[in-house]
Amino acid sequence: MKEQRIAYIDLSTREISKAPIPERIRKTYLGGRGIDAYLLYNHISPGIDPLGSENVLVVSAGLLGGTLAPSSGRCNVGAKSPLTNLLGSTNMGGFFAPELRFAGFDHLAIKGKAEKPVYLWIHDGDIEIRDATHLWGKDTTETPAIIRKEHQDEDIKVASIGVAGENLVRFANIMTGLKNAAGRTGMGCVMGSKNLKAIAVRGTRDLPIAYPEEALDYVAKIIQMIRDNFFLKVWSTLGTPSCHSDANNLGRLRYRNLQRNQDPAGENLYAENLQKFTFGMAGCFGCPIHCRHRYVVPEGSDKGSYMEGPDWSTMGGLGPELDISRMESVLVGNQLSSKYGLDSLEFGGIVSWAIELYEKGIIDDRITEGLKLEWGNEKVMYEMMRQIAMREGLGNILAEGPLRAIEKLGEESRYYNVHVKGMSWLHTDDRATPAMALGVATSTRGADHMRSRPGTDSLMGSQEARDKLFGFAVPPDFTCYEGAGKLVRYYELMYAVPDALGMCKFQTLFMSPSTLNYEDYSRLVRHVTGLDISASEMYEAVERIYTLERMFNIREGATRKDDYPPERLMTEPTPATGIHSFQRKVINREKYEQQLDEYYEAHGWDEKGVPKPETLARLGLDKEPSHLL
Amino acid sequence: MDRILMVDYSKCTGCRLCEVVCSVKKNGAANPARARIAVVKWESVCVDTPMLCQQCQSAPCVAVCPVKAMTRDEGLGRVKVNDDLCIGCRFCVAVCPFGAVSLDHVSRRIIKCDLCDGDPTCVKFCETKALQYVDATAANTSKRREAAERLPELIRGFVAKPKTSSHLS
Repeated sequence: MKEQRIAYIDLSTREISKAPIPERIRKTYLGGRGIDAYLLYNHISPGIDPLGSENVLVVSAGLLGGTLAPSSGRCNVGAKSPLTNLLGSTNMGGFFAPELRFAGFDHLAIKGKAEKPVYLWIHDGDIEIRDATHLWGKDTTETPAIIRKEHQDEDIKVASIGVAGENLVRFANIMTGLKNAAGRTGMGCVMGSKNLKAIAVRGTRDLPIAYPEEALDYVAKIIQMIRDNFFLKVWSTLGTPSCHSDANNLGRLRYRNLQRNQDPAGENLYAENLQKFTFGMAGCFGCPIHCRHRYVVPEGSDKGSYMEGPDWSTMGGLGPELDISRMESVLVGNQLSSKYGLDSLEFGGIVSWAIELYEKGIIDDRITEGLKLEWGNEKVMYEMMRQIAMREGLGNILAEGPLRAIEKLGEESRYYNVHVKGMSWLHTDDRATPAMALGVATSTRGADHMRSRPGTDSLMGSQEARDKLFGFAVPPDFTCYEGAGKLVRYYELMYAVPDALGMCKFQTLFMSPSTLNYEDYSRLVRHVTGLDISASEMYEAVERIYTLERMFNIREGATRKDDYPPERLMTEPTPATGIHSFQRKVINREKYEQQLDEYYEAHGWDEKGVPKPETLARLGLDKEPSHLL
Repeated sequence: MDRILMVDYSKCTGCRLCEVVCSVKKNGAANPARARIAVVKWESVCVDTPMLCQQCQSAPCVAVCPVKAMTRDEGLGRVKVNDDLCIGCRFCVAVCPFGAVSLDHVSRRIIKCDLCDGDPTCVKFCETKALQYVDATAANTSKRREAAERLPELIRGFVAKPKTSSHLS
């Protein structure tokens, strides 16, 4: 496992070089998202154009990627984001990252820009840049099929962009398999800007396991732990859409772009109703959880539509955000957005904003070119997907993402766009959950709940038990501001572990306190790789990763003012629907400020959110960029 | 008593953990290309099919082996390869109807599932129980029960149908 390698690929000069990853870098940044942060900070000069040839696209398997570690199929992709102009970082499941490792590489750093469309063919230690003119214009399911046929190998794994990426939609994603999306922050747009249509990998190389017997025993124990976990049992059968009914009943759903917090017809989209379209569950590489549906629409006008998913975020983005409650429409929308290569969450956010603007008369038929932007009309959803992907009409404006679209649609539209750092807010209404709102607003990649999702609300047990678990006094419930700063940081660090190891977050505190923790991860790494990284070293590594991501953003000009929830969440109360705790709530400005101070303090950052010199020295970041790799 | 490794294709989620643990158990390395089981993926239609040695009663690999390196081991109900006798001619690879016999490209030996000497590793890790190691005589009982479950309904429907015999009217 010590033979891990990175490949530098320059698409302008067609030069390719390969280098080993020093063990010291492994111990300090682990892998995956950690090494991505390191590479981005070292190889991207501040202030560059994200769509220019100087942007660097990094693709990484985690430290445990492709091994027997459960759910070790995650792939992290990073670059400077064309959506936010800050850190671009996104993570997808599937089978791509393991295959990359079997093919002999752990990380790719792709620079420059090809003259005409190309794809990378990576096979057992070799990397070739191949012509992709014939693939341009193909969707994300056609592209892998053609590449497989060319090489006469059905087992090739392909990460590709759809037409959205080709047309430089700023929230285009990268897809692998049917439904695995590196979705957030527009990494598909970066691929498109480099004329890179796809990366195809196939490998038959060994990933030696340091202590096979111990690793097998330990992984068997972890899988048993997962099997016994109530939450994970639910996710194995109903998938993430199982969260939908809770969110709707509580009143924490982003419905019609936050105009309401419950969907009156939400029941139609409950996970139980998805079951009648599904014919089984799909798992990513080595995953005992298998949270994704496989579905087919058996009859009606959408007959024959099949895909995997939709995950809860997609369901929210294509469902209640647009007031669509017909399951078949969400299923067709899910298939369309996957094929175009569009981030479904960003799509839902920005289109629900446009519909509200139309409803309020801020934009009219001249801008929509006669298209009636109605709530709950699936034809509008399909048409906007097409327009955005093809960059036509209003779609051409929305394809620019929140920051630039607001400029184009006028100052009056600003308040209604719910975004952080230029990335749309998620599919939930977080006005009643301050800790959650803080996590989303301070995330290093724009409005995002996968960096921190402080869910003490979902963690059962006594106050005492929870305080013991976290090691400090946690807020008694989800409506509290006090203690939220520390809690958000705790989750941020915790979630960075699986992202760096290439594993899935669903085995962490994300769902349940009885899943893997630092000690367990440390043991797993030792058994599998032979690397001795203690629990405290691992904790320090993820502190380092998070702070380095923060430094990337600061270098690009982000400041404290970028760490706030959108104005709308702080001025407009939730309606009087949902359970009592969720009614008439706003994010309290004053308390939020305190919460933010507490959060910075916990991280060792100053009141402006800049890491203090002593924090940098403690984490060994005071000499970055160092260009060691 | 004979036991067999049964695959329930409808339960496979395509995660390929069976391939990885098989290769780790046998070679100390994660590498699906060297596993004795392979999940054949039909990605475009969301279907996955685990393929492995069926331990055929009348095994083509045994029949064609020119040096009798392939033999049936009745005790465990499996077909074994004797590495000392094997000359690596790959006839067995060519004739296996399931593609379950292969040449390990690292060790240069013929490999196939040997049921881990009666304790298959893949079965232990399969969360959905798509892979099960069951008594040969009882292998079909759960399937039979499942199929039979549908019958009582049909029978009830048939029995309850109003009879139109003349003596009742």
